[in-house]
Amino acid sequence: MSDLSTIKFAKDIRLTTLEMVYHARASHIGGAFSMADILSVLYSNFIRIDPKNPESVDRDRFLLSKGHACTSLYATLALKGFFPKEELLTYGKDGSRLLSHTTHKIPGVEISAGSLGHALSISGGLALAAKRKSANWNTYCLVSDGELNEGSNWEMILLAPQLKLDNLILIVDYNKIQSLGKVKDVINLDSLKKKFEAFNWEVFDIDGHNHEELTSALDQCQTKNGIPKVIIANTIKGKGVSFMEDTVLWHYKSPDENQYKEAILELEKN
Amino acid sequence: MRTAFINQLIEEAKVNDKIFLLVGDLGFSVVEPFAELFPDRYLNVGIAEQNMAGIAAGLAMEGYNVYIYSIGNFPTLRCMEQIRYDICYHNLNVNIVAVGGGYAYGSLGASHHATEEIGMLRTIPNLVVCAPGDPAEAKAITTFTSNYVGPCYIRIGKAGEPDVHKPNGPGSLMLGDILPVSKAGEVAILSTGAMLKYVTDFVENNNIKASIYSFPFIKPINSEKLFNIFNSHTKLITIEEHQASAGFGSAILEIMNDFAERKELTSIPSLKRIAIPDQFYSVAGSQGYLREQAGLVLEKGDILNAISIEK
Ligand SMILES: [Mg+2]
Repeated sequence: MSDLSTIKFAKDIRLTTLEMVYHARASHIGGAFSMADILSVLYSNFIRIDPKNPESVDRDRFLLSKGHACTSLYATLALKGFFPKEELLTYGKDGSRLLSHTTHKIPGVEISAGSLGHALSISGGLALAAKRKSANWNTYCLVSDGELNEGSNWEMILLAPQLKLDNLILIVDYNKIQSLGKVKDVINLDSLKKKFEAFNWEVFDIDGHNHEELTSALDQCQTKNGIPKVIIANTIKGKGVSFMEDTVLWHYKSPDENQYKEAILELEKN
Repeated sequence: MRTAFINQLIEEAKVNDKIFLLVGDLGFSVVEPFAELFPDRYLNVGIAEQNMAGIAAGLAMEGYNVYIYSIGNFPTLRCMEQIRYDICYHNLNVNIVAVGGGYAYGSLGASHHATEEIGMLRTIPNLVVCAPGDPAEAKAITTFTSNYVGPCYIRIGKAGEPDVHKPNGPGSLMLGDILPVSKAGEVAILSTGAMLKYVTDFVENNNIKASIYSFPFIKPINSEKLFNIFNSHTKLITIEEHQASAGFGSAILEIMNDFAERKELTSIPSLKRIAIPDQFYSVAGSQGYLREQAGLVLEKGDILNAISIEK
């Protein structure tokens, strides 16, 4: 049975994201929408973090590697009460702390990210620290599919099983599109599942918009069996607004007034 | 210097349980004692320096004071962006240790010549850039970095350099310290890193009157102490095992220019930079041979002529 509250939260994340992107005339709404369901389920039911005490030592760590998609993370955090929602409308404006790539100056954001292929190594360092300190918090890292082109990711994908980092949970937002085209036409990642299996990760290959599948996979990721976990979340870039879905264009484009209104109607309907 | 570094790191780790050592599958017969004494604070991450720098950032976020250790260009140039963005932008407690500064691995070729990294690293905000001149300085820098909060780069030489500072070394270091080795006359030789022994030998063997200062810090440099050096000498010679562009001599020139521009210097000393002239060297040879090829040599005339002009 679907958790209605996470579905409602995902809708709110998308509406809030749309608002920010429209007012800032910003890009990257496609990648922000593709991960909205993941964020909703994670922040509703899995990531143990107190918005009023976001630096508490026993919190779970969440690192967004695809920093260009920061709008839906900012929306998630503001809606959860990490900082005032009103601040979201300063996004990308002169003097705002809400940079257009995730910034660690924002409460609840662990690291700044903008250059791809960095966060997974840092996440491995965090997971290693937890192991060495016998701490029981988890580290979640969300990467894009395109950024798996970066070799640095594969250095940690090789190392994490060696270190038995079962407290490291990697999520791939596999929306099948990267900057200049379809992932399969740039560097085909298929079969991503087999690749991770060959690297000795425990793999969950799921529909990244299905909250039951997300919940079930994340539940299974809590098992401490000496094996790092990866959720391949098969998603649709621009998910939620039909004319944004599955197109390269909405990696770059900002909605005009008509598109903005149409997008609100579609998102409200879902 | 390598031995002085690891021995001192072990001493620091005995009293500071935050110290963590990561190695990039290098350090044979160097890092083993640390690994045996502190297995919980040691890891060989394999031959993967970008990952090593990122892991170091993660460990430092959790309160560790992390040292990453490898040869020359590998823990520096290979992962420059991780150093800039993950370590320095987040202002983390990570110390990047490169062994084999300059031409220490002479005949191994250009891959192992670490001759550009200071220029690249000293432009990065928050990063302290260190190049100790002898084993005693390496020891002191290790103690300094184990207590300092923030990112540091440490260029060390190889094994077996003789001590220049005697008998008890330079003592404890403050950020930006300049170490006087000898004080005589109007000419000052400013040395950084492993050139120091060559400089002191040259002055002694040629029986020349010159001041010698060792700079274990290239960034920052104590500007008050440097101002006094500018004010008390008519000629300066900087020497470094690094490209002339953006290196140690450049740093000294920049600071001198800023003093001059603010009209704080009454007379501006002349400054000769001895550094690598924008070239790679593809011949086999010892460190000494390659230094000569690159023109990293002092000229007696430079010092004597300056002295005779004054008189
Ligand atoms: Mg993508």
